Amino acid sequence: MSEASTNNPAHAPKTSLLASDARTKRRETAEKRFRMYGIAAIAVGLFFLIVLAVTIVRSGLPAFTSAVVDIEFTLTEVQFDEAEGTVFKTKAYQGFFNAALAERLQAADFDVAFDEKAIERLLGKTGGTIREFFRANPDKLGEPVSFELPASSRVDGYFKGRVTRDTLVDSRFLQVSDLDIVDAMVDAGVIKTVFNWNFVTGADTGVDNPGGAGIGASVIGSFFMMLVVLVLSLPIGVAASIYLEEFAPQNRFTDLIEVNISNLAAVPSIVFGILGLAVFIQFMHLPQSAPLVGGLVLTLMTLPTIIISTRASLKAVPPSIREAALGVGASKMQTVFHHVLPLAMPGILTGTIIGLAQALGETAPLLLIGMVGFVARGYPDGVVSGFLDPNSAMPAQIYTWAARADAGFYEKAWGGIIILLLFLLAMNILAIILRRRFERRW
Amino acid sequence: MIDPHIASAFDRDLETIQAMLMKMGGLVETAILEGAEALEHRDLDKAEKVRSGDKAIDRLEEQVNEEATRVIALRAPTASDLRTVMTVIKISANLERCGDYAKNMAKRTTVLAETPPVGSASVSIRKLAREVQLMLKDALDSYIQRDADLAMQVIERDEDVDQIYNALFRELLTHMMEDPRNITPCMHLHFVAKNCERMGDHVTSIAEQVVYLVTGSMPDDGRNKQDATPYMTDEGL
Amino acid sequence: MNDMRLLQRTQGMNDIKIQANGVDVFYADNHAIKDVSVEIEDKTVTAFIGPSGCGKSTFLRCLNRMNDTIDICKVTGDILLDGEDIYDPKVDPVQLRAKVGMVFQKPNPFPKSIYDNVAYGPRIHGLAKNKAELDEIIEKSLRRGAIWDEVKDRLKQPGTGLSGGQQQRLCIARAIATEPEVLLMDEPCSALDPIATAQVEELIDELKQNYSVVIVTHSMQQAARVSQKTAFFHLGSLVEYGETGKIFTNPEDSRTESYITGRIG
Repeated sequence: MSEASTNNPAHAPKTSLLASDARTKRRETAEKRFRMYGIAAIAVGLFFLIVLAVTIVRSGLPAFTSAVVDIEFTLTEVQFDEAEGTVFKTKAYQGFFNAALAERLQAADFDVAFDEKAIERLLGKTGGTIREFFRANPDKLGEPVSFELPASSRVDGYFKGRVTRDTLVDSRFLQVSDLDIVDAMVDAGVIKTVFNWNFVTGADTGVDNPGGAGIGASVIGSFFMMLVVLVLSLPIGVAASIYLEEFAPQNRFTDLIEVNISNLAAVPSIVFGILGLAVFIQFMHLPQSAPLVGGLVLTLMTLPTIIISTRASLKAVPPSIREAALGVGASKMQTVFHHVLPLAMPGILTGTIIGLAQALGETAPLLLIGMVGFVARGYPDGVVSGFLDPNSAMPAQIYTWAARADAGFYEKAWGGIIILLLFLLAMNILAIILRRRFERRW
Repeated sequence: MIDPHIASAFDRDLETIQAMLMKMGGLVETAILEGAEALEHRDLDKAEKVRSGDKAIDRLEEQVNEEATRVIALRAPTASDLRTVMTVIKISANLERCGDYAKNMAKRTTVLAETPPVGSASVSIRKLAREVQLMLKDALDSYIQRDADLAMQVIERDEDVDQIYNALFRELLTHMMEDPRNITPCMHLHFVAKNCERMGDHVTSIAEQVVYLVTGSMPDDGRNKQDATPYMTDEGL
Repeated sequence: MNDMRLLQRTQGMNDIKIQANGVDVFYADNHAIKDVSVEIEDKTVTAFIGPSGCGKSTFLRCLNRMNDTIDICKVTGDILLDGEDIYDPKVDPVQLRAKVGMVFQKPNPFPKSIYDNVAYGPRIHGLAKNKAELDEIIEKSLRRGAIWDEVKDRLKQPGTGLSGGQQQRLCIARAIATEPEVLLMDEPCSALDPIATAQVEELIDELKQNYSVVIVTHSMQQAARVSQKTAFFHLGSLVEYGETGKIFTNPEDSRTESYITGRIG
């Protein structure tokens, strides 16, 4: 198009709307290209999300099942008294159990030779469990009782494909010959895979017992911490933001505070950890590894997030509402508490829950205050009782497991991640529900 | 006129109706002059021309009213604009009446042409008409120039018209008393004179509208009515 | 013409409700209102007109100290409400705003029920001793707000669910529920359609029997329709203040003339 024709519409050549000119075509191609970029970006993101989800679920699901030997046997009072009379009491019970197992396998026409050592390798020391049960329930003597005894972690691994005959090296933990017994037990229906409740509810174990490790204790630890974070950071954060946003005079000092809050939100969490170590543990002498201290540290970390999101949602309340309230003679404070705050509530809650979710997934500061590598003793009594008792938290627990040598812990770590993600999901759903509930009122 | 409107179409609308009004004023001026000339020279053709010309004036008045109504409806004029539109409507009505009087004068000319002339009455009437026409011209000029002083002068000049009319009234009365045969032409002549006097009143009204347009208030009604004929009898003659 | 003057004389008999003497308003270094003195009459609708940024809204907000909420805003001069200086340090702006109610440009009902919208003012000012009294105040206010018939069956529904005109009338009802003596309206109809505007204007006309109403409007026609007194502001100064009919047929100042006839000037 020449200069003259663009300036003078009268001289512009007649064009048809039905035929697209080169410019239109170029624009349309560009638009199409941009859409493709967008779709490609989303596709890549989705792909990685799916890969992640599949990996997590595939690697983590085995943690929720465990192989158990399901056997029913009857202990008479005579046998009980006899066993209680011996020196190695549990050993005696173990004998009864082995006999019952052998009988069971022979009944199923499986003729596999096994000795006590092999059984011990497969199931651990079973006598103790049996003795505990009958001492606690003497009335069960003389009638058939069904026992589900967890198989050792190697046997569990054999079931889940982690341990194979080819890779297995004979050791004091498991020998290749033991697998024959396992196969026989499987065929006899003695051994089976069940849901591992212990993983969900139980506590961490020592490094050599991945099978017995559970995340339950650290879930409770995390829960206590979140409680501390919520109770402290929500009121403090909301109060601080309301003051800064609505009442504080505009001067250099408040500007400084504002800049610092924004900066704090970007401070690495490990810095908060070392702060917590210095202030709460070394200075204030609060106990190590306690959810209270973890909660305090995470509160410090969450506060900037909550303050920033709360201020943003306070700012988002239309000024017309403030004017309306002031116009009918409400004071500044009445205006804020009667009108502005309720309107900002959905945003505040969303920000709070995002902050909590962030805190829930935080590991680094917990490493520094010792909420890691902790093995509960006397669980559940010792852990559940309070904020000051030593405990761990979910992400720290996962970190600990992932760092351990035994391959059995590896799947526990993935399983822990599933639990953690379920928690985050639950919190997000809670956030959405709360927001809906508050929004519906307006 | 002060600054132009932001909406230039408003200015164009106002100019259009004022231009129509001025055209109407011109037609009325001509009608008055020609009507008087026709009477003096017993020119029936001219009289006929004046009679037929009144239709154009009537049409213009309709147009002016229509346009003014449109402007009120569409532009909601205020202050001086409002006064402009209001005075346009009133002035057009005044002009239309003047036109009617001129036509009536022409009508009577056809009758008067049949009768013998009565003294110098028709010359006096022409003088009267001339005076009214000049007043009208000045009134319209004062309108165009938004000149309230000129309009006030026009209002004062209505006294002259009234005086000429009073004199004519006496003269005609005298002629009628002298010779009853003069009664018919004198009656007609008197009506013509009265028409001129009425035209003078309408022109005064136009001038008053101009004063209102410019100052925002009507002129004080302080001047003396010089039309003494309502109180006249034949005794004083 | 004479009738108009007669009308003007009868309006002159109302008491002075608000008297402003030499009011100046500064926003930081910006001199927003320059030496404005005006007497606002009781039981009269007074309109403030003028081009955008002329200070009419700013001046309106001085009358109930809404400008206090802006830190950089400084007001000098006297504004007397019934002879009392409202900028006296002893005056609590909250108490003042209960006496001088305000209605805003955009209908801004609280996101609560219609009932609670109107009840809010009486509640915070403790105007009702019990529920029955509160109900009475609300019905009275909604009736005066000319919206009772439309909402009496749905008082528990949110005020934000009403149409724009109804919302604005609800806001007016809310403003009069606190029994103010003066009602300030900042372009109350600018967001409304003509029918709603007419309803609100009709309401304003009724309100003037009990209140002194001050209305800021961009629509000169609206000022002409509802007000008895009109003040024209230009560049922060009060150019002309007088009887509305006079301002709209024959203003004295050429700036007023230029503004109301829509000329550049």
